[in-house]
Amino acid sequence: MITVKKLVKRFGLKTVLRGVDFEVQPGEFVALLGPNGAGKTTFLRILASLSRPSLGQVTVAGHQLPHEAAAVRARLGVVSHLPLLYGDLTAEENLRFYARMYGIADSQLRITEVLEMVGLENRRHDLVRTFSRGMQQRLAIGRAVLHDPEVMLFDEPYTGLDQDASAMLDEVLKTVAAKGRTVVMTSHDLARAEDLATRFDILSRGVIAASAKHEELQNSNLLSFYKEALAA
Amino acid sequence: MNITETRTAAASQPRQGSFIKAVSAVVWKDLQAEFRSRELFSAMLVFSLLIILIFNFALELDVKTRQSVTSGVLWATFAFAGTLGLNRSMAIEKDRGCMDGLLLAPVDRSAIYFGKVISNLMFMLIVEVIVLPVYSVLYSINLFQPGLLLVILLGSIGYAGVGTLLSAMSVQTRTRDILLPILLFPVVIPVILSAVKASGGYLEGLPFEEILSPLSLLIAYDIIFIAVAFMVFDNVVEE
Amino acid sequence: MQSKPLTLTILDVLSIIVLGISTYLALFFAPTERVMGEVQRVFYFHIGTAWTALMGFILAAVFSVAYLVTKNLKWDRYQVAAIEVSLVFFFLTIVLGSIWARPVWNTWWTWDPRLTTAAVTELIYIAYFMLRQGIDDPERRARFGAVYALIGGLSAPITFFAIRLFRTIHPVVIGGANPEAEGGFAMTADMRVAFFFALFAFTVIFVDLYWNRIRLGELQDEVEQLKLKVTM
Repeated sequence: MITVKKLVKRFGLKTVLRGVDFEVQPGEFVALLGPNGAGKTTFLRILASLSRPSLGQVTVAGHQLPHEAAAVRARLGVVSHLPLLYGDLTAEENLRFYARMYGIADSQLRITEVLEMVGLENRRHDLVRTFSRGMQQRLAIGRAVLHDPEVMLFDEPYTGLDQDASAMLDEVLKTVAAKGRTVVMTSHDLARAEDLATRFDILSRGVIAASAKHEELQNSNLLSFYKEALAA
Repeated sequence: MNITETRTAAASQPRQGSFIKAVSAVVWKDLQAEFRSRELFSAMLVFSLLIILIFNFALELDVKTRQSVTSGVLWATFAFAGTLGLNRSMAIEKDRGCMDGLLLAPVDRSAIYFGKVISNLMFMLIVEVIVLPVYSVLYSINLFQPGLLLVILLGSIGYAGVGTLLSAMSVQTRTRDILLPILLFPVVIPVILSAVKASGGYLEGLPFEEILSPLSLLIAYDIIFIAVAFMVFDNVVEE
Repeated sequence: MQSKPLTLTILDVLSIIVLGISTYLALFFAPTERVMGEVQRVFYFHIGTAWTALMGFILAAVFSVAYLVTKNLKWDRYQVAAIEVSLVFFFLTIVLGSIWARPVWNTWWTWDPRLTTAAVTELIYIAYFMLRQGIDDPERRARFGAVYALIGGLSAPITFFAIRLFRTIHPVVIGGANPEAEGGFAMTADMRVAFFFALFAFTVIFVDLYWNRIRLGELQDEVEQLKLKVTM
C-alpha cells in the first residue's frame, strides 16, 4: 500500500531523513516510533503529500508522490495533533466543508453516518470552539474518514489528551479509523502503540533502525525492543 | 510553478467543475464562520470609522479641503483596515492547522488561493459598502456614483489578490503580527495611487478620458499580480 | 576552508584603483558645468551607483524565477547578495541625488516619479530582509524571499509608471530630453569620459562586492554545516 525507497529529505543544509526504506502491506497498522527530532513528523508529512521528498521514491495507494499528489490525497486520511477544524463552524458545517472539498456526493447521509460513528451526533449543531480537546480530536477523526480513505496517517494523535479522552480516542481509532484500512501512526506513547499496532518501526537518525511484527515480540517487550534499537 | 504537477492534478479529477466547487466551498466556509462570529468584520469596520475620525482631526476636513482629499482619506482607510482583515483571515487557517487540512484535500492549490481572495475581497467590500454612506453623511458628499464604485471594486481586487498571497507568507513567519503591512504596502502603491487618482477624478466630475489611464493601470495591475500570485502560490503553502 | 580566488583578490585591487581614477575624473578632469557649478560633479557617481543598483535588482528578480523553478539554494545566495549590495548602492544614489537637488531644485527631496520610486524600491527590499529575518528554515526563507523579490521586482517599475502619470521634473540626461525638466545639461567630451568611466568603475566595484558577498554566503553555509556535524 505504501512503498518508500531511499527517501532523503533535506531542510536547507540539514538532512532530516537519510535514505528511508519503508513498506506497508494493505491492512497493516504500523507504529512509527522514535525520539524527538528523528524525523517522524517530517516522514509522515511526506507521505501525506504536504512536504516534497528531496530524493527517493514514494508511492502511496499505487500513486507516486509528488507527481500524482491529487490522486494520493483522495485516498488518504490524516489525523494530526492539531484538529484541522474551524472553531466558528459547527461540527456538521466542518464536515460539510470538507465533504465539498473532497467532492463527496450525497454528503448529508455520509456526514450523519460519520457523526454517529464518532459519537457526536447530538452535538452536530454546536460550535467546534465549545468542544473539549477530546471531542475535537474525535471530530478530527470523523473529518479524516469522511471520504472513506484507504490509507490513514496518525501524527501523535494523543497529544494534549488526558487518560479518559485517550481511552475514548483509542476506541474510535480502532473501530472507526483503522478498521479495514492501512495505517501509519507516529507516537511517543509506547503502551498505546503496542495496543493498536501490528508492526513497530523505529526511526532514528533519519533511517529505519529496526522493525518488528507484533507477534514477533513477547508481550510487554516493546520498551526493551525500542531501547535496543536506539542503542544500536 | 510546477506545471507537470498541476496538469496531472487536473487530469486525475474526473468531476467537471470541481475547481469551482472547491473555490466556492472555501468562500462558503469563510463567510459562514464570519457571519457567525463577526469578529473580523466588526474589527475592520470599527477600525475604519476610527481612521476616518483621526483624519478628521488630522486634516481639518472643512468643506474646501474635503473635495480634494476625500479619495485619499478613503483609500488610506481601506488600505489600513484591509491588512487587519487579511491578517486575521489567514491566521484562522494557520492556528488550528486548517491550512494543512485545505492542502490535504484533492484540489488544486490555486483553488485555495482564489477561494481566500474572494472571501477576503467580500469582507473588504462589505466594510467599504458601510463606510461609504457613513462618510457621505458625515461630510455630505455623494459617494454613490457608479464610476467610483467600479474603482473601489477594481482597487479592492488588486489589494486582496496581492494581500492574500503575502498574508499566506507572513503568517508563517515569527513576526507574523507586524509583517503584513510592511510587505504589502510598498508593493500595492500602484493600486493605491491609481485608485486615488481615479476616485478623485470621478468625485471632481472629470471627463472619462482623464480617468481612463489610472483606470486601465488598475486593471493591468489586477491582471498581472493575480496571474503571478496564481503561479507562485504553490511555493508559499507547500514545503 | 576554501581559499580566496586569485581573480577576486585582483578584482579587489582593481576596484580601489578604478574608484581612485573615477574620483579624479569626476572631481578634477571633467569641466565644471556652467549653470549648476561644482555640485554637478556628484552626477557621475550618482549615475554609476544607480545603474549598478538597478542591474542588481533586475538580476535578483531573475534569480527569483531561477530559484522557484530549480529549488537550488545557489540562486538564493546570489539573490541575497545582489539585493544587499544593490540596496546600499541605491541608498548612495538617493543621498548623492539629494546633495545635487539641494542647490539645483532648491530642495533635498521632491515627490518626483524617480525619487518616489527609488524610495519605494528601498522600502520593498528592506521589507524583503525583514521577511527573511522572520524565518528560520533556510529552504522556506529562500522560497518566500524569491516570491517576494519577484512581486517587488514587478511592482517597482509599475509604481514608476504610475507616478509618471503625474508630471516629472527629473532631468533626462541620456536619451530624450524633457523640456520641463530642471537641471538638464548637455555633456561635453570630457564630461563623457568621466561619465563612462564612472559607469565602468562602479560596475567593477559592484561585481567585486557582489562576488565577495556571494563568497561570504557560501562560507556562512559552510559554518552552518560544520556546526551541524558537531551537534550530530
